[in-house]
Amino acid sequence: MRLIIRDDPKAVAYYTANYVRQRINEFKPTRKRPFVLGLPTGSTPVEVYWHLVDYYKRGEVSFRHVITFSMDEYVGLPRSHPESYCAFMHRHLYDHINLRPENVHMLDGNADDLAAECQRYEDKIKEVGGIELFLGGIGPDGHIAFNEPGSSLESVTRVKTLAYETVLANARFFGGDVNKVPKLALTVGVGTVRAAREVLLIITGAHKAVALAKCIEEGVNHMWTVSVVQLHPSAMIVCDEDATLELHVKTVRYFKSIEQVQEQLIGRQHIGLKGSISKLASSDPADSFGSGVLPPAAATASKD
Amino acid sequence: MASATGGVITQFYNCVVLKNHKLVDDYVYVQDGKIIDPAKMFFDSRRAADVRIDCQGGIVAPGYIDVQINGAFGYDFSNDTDIIDEAVDNVSKGLLLQGCTAFCPTTVSSRPEVYARVLDHLGPRAGSVERGAEVLGAHIEGPFISPQKKGAHELATLRTAAGGLAAFDECYGLDRLRQNAAYVTVAPEVAGMLDAIPRLIEATGIRVAAGHSNATTAEATQALAGGASMITHLFNAMHPFHQRDPGVIGLLGAEGVRPFYGIICDGVHVHPHSVMIAYRAHPDGACLVTDAMAAQSLPNGVYKLGEMDVDVHDGNVYIQGTNTIAGAVITLAECVRNFARFTGASTVEALESATLHPAQMLGIASRKGVLSYGADADIIVLDHDLNVQRVFVAGKEATRENVIYKNKV
Repeated sequence: MRLIIRDDPKAVAYYTANYVRQRINEFKPTRKRPFVLGLPTGSTPVEVYWHLVDYYKRGEVSFRHVITFSMDEYVGLPRSHPESYCAFMHRHLYDHINLRPENVHMLDGNADDLAAECQRYEDKIKEVGGIELFLGGIGPDGHIAFNEPGSSLESVTRVKTLAYETVLANARFFGGDVNKVPKLALTVGVGTVRAAREVLLIITGAHKAVALAKCIEEGVNHMWTVSVVQLHPSAMIVCDEDATLELHVKTVRYFKSIEQVQEQLIGRQHIGLKGSISKLASSDPADSFGSGVLPPAAATASKD
Repeated sequence: MASATGGVITQFYNCVVLKNHKLVDDYVYVQDGKIIDPAKMFFDSRRAADVRIDCQGGIVAPGYIDVQINGAFGYDFSNDTDIIDEAVDNVSKGLLLQGCTAFCPTTVSSRPEVYARVLDHLGPRAGSVERGAEVLGAHIEGPFISPQKKGAHELATLRTAAGGLAAFDECYGLDRLRQNAAYVTVAPEVAGMLDAIPRLIEATGIRVAAGHSNATTAEATQALAGGASMITHLFNAMHPFHQRDPGVIGLLGAEGVRPFYGIICDGVHVHPHSVMIAYRAHPDGACLVTDAMAAQSLPNGVYKLGEMDVDVHDGNVYIQGTNTIAGAVITLAECVRNFARFTGASTVEALESATLHPAQMLGIASRKGVLSYGADADIIVLDHDLNVQRVFVAGKEATRENVIYKNKV
């Protein structure tokens, strides 16, 4: 996996939005081959969405052939409630870009048959060809979407009871009253996220540091469900310095050095968006690259 | 573009919107003449905007509402009894182009025959590009007013309410009031009036305003208690403010619920300092009105107001041969700009004084004077100097090309 470390949440949001924009543009989505995007809610995504809206308004990206799937939704909260995830996504993203309403998929927390609704959602994901890029964050308890500690690492979209810590964390959106926070939610499963072709996690803040450390330095574990990214062939985490506070210095240095090596030895122009390397850079045009001799350090350039 | 989920959806973008007493970066969506909830549009109807209107960074506000206007473009609602439909028609359209999307055609004190001829033609009528601004019902000013404070009204038409409800019936016809009137202006101290006010409200459902009155504060307070909820052109045609008996004006300092007050901000009817004082005393009650008369938008000259002759001269209107102000020739858009300047009120407060407050006074603030979901799509786009740039009524744009009206003269 790639760990991209930036100074602060602003830089993280900018990097992420820029990446999403480039991915969509490189993919060149069409009606027959749309770009399927999984989207989270939360305070860091808000800034990512702000940038995406800005790119759209400047004509640098189009969402015409983008299909979106949201990760989760509260059960029993009316869609018109300002804290429903539908309202959140509409307010921060959907109302500002040219995403077509019929291409937007949200879980319906007010469906009569919640299990059937979850199945419908999974079926829809398959129908559109699977998710190309799933954006997400993590909770302080290392959960992805509402896959609370103890969720099966192969789980599918289903109803979940929210952990106490999550309810507390969300109370700030309900006037500080924990009793007003919904206790049930529909969520994509850990398995659903794993099935995406690429996963990009946005992790900022010191309060996420323990979770980040558990998820990338320790084993794959259902108590820290985000740890499944270790098994994903195409995973990226974009985080700020504060989120690295519990990582070993060695880990942080390693991931930072990867970016430096890429700049110096390979050159940005030779690195594909998802990290593939087409060839190595050479500062001296008369260098021995053509002879097939590589500098020793460049041999470990691949990091997937 | 119309479908099972309704007609064309129009989106106003690149604007600041007057919403929840603030100017916010937002969009306004309109469908089938109403303002709609974009989240419902997106998630339930699965629709996106069909037409997009670039407001060029301007302000999107509800259309202006004028609850006191006697005429304009040469027409007069009390005098043009034979061509009253033509008068309403042309004034409605002319006002619409000025950014006033709803109004109360006002009659001055008249004889019963006049009310019998015109009131049925001044009743509520929806606004549209074809017909002009919405008519909210008549504002019937007089003849139950004080002879000492008649202003430009004709003395011979004035009467008392000594006969109670019967007096109103005899003058206007209670049914006619019920069907066509938005509110009536009376002087509380006129004989029988204090008893009659609550009975009139109960019998007809219309609102009552105090005006053209010499009432003491005690009398005015009793009128308020009896259900009066508005003061007609504050300061004008009423007992001046006196520190021990502030009269009708004193209601701005009353305990409990205070009335709305119409106020003419042409800088002539009321000194700018007086406007500021009233605003500071009771900012939520300010209702900007034009009290415009037939000469509004007409060049200098002599015209008829009610049954009197008046002289229009460079923005001022006097009863011919006197110094008594006969009426105004200002537009509501100018009133809003002046009000902001006179009082230091914020843009939001200035706009609300010509939209939300008049709508609240008339009890129609769920559908007029606001940009709430479900409200009528009467919308104006202004620049940041509060000049009206574009006007929309019932969701359609009113322009000089599609709203054709004429001056009477």
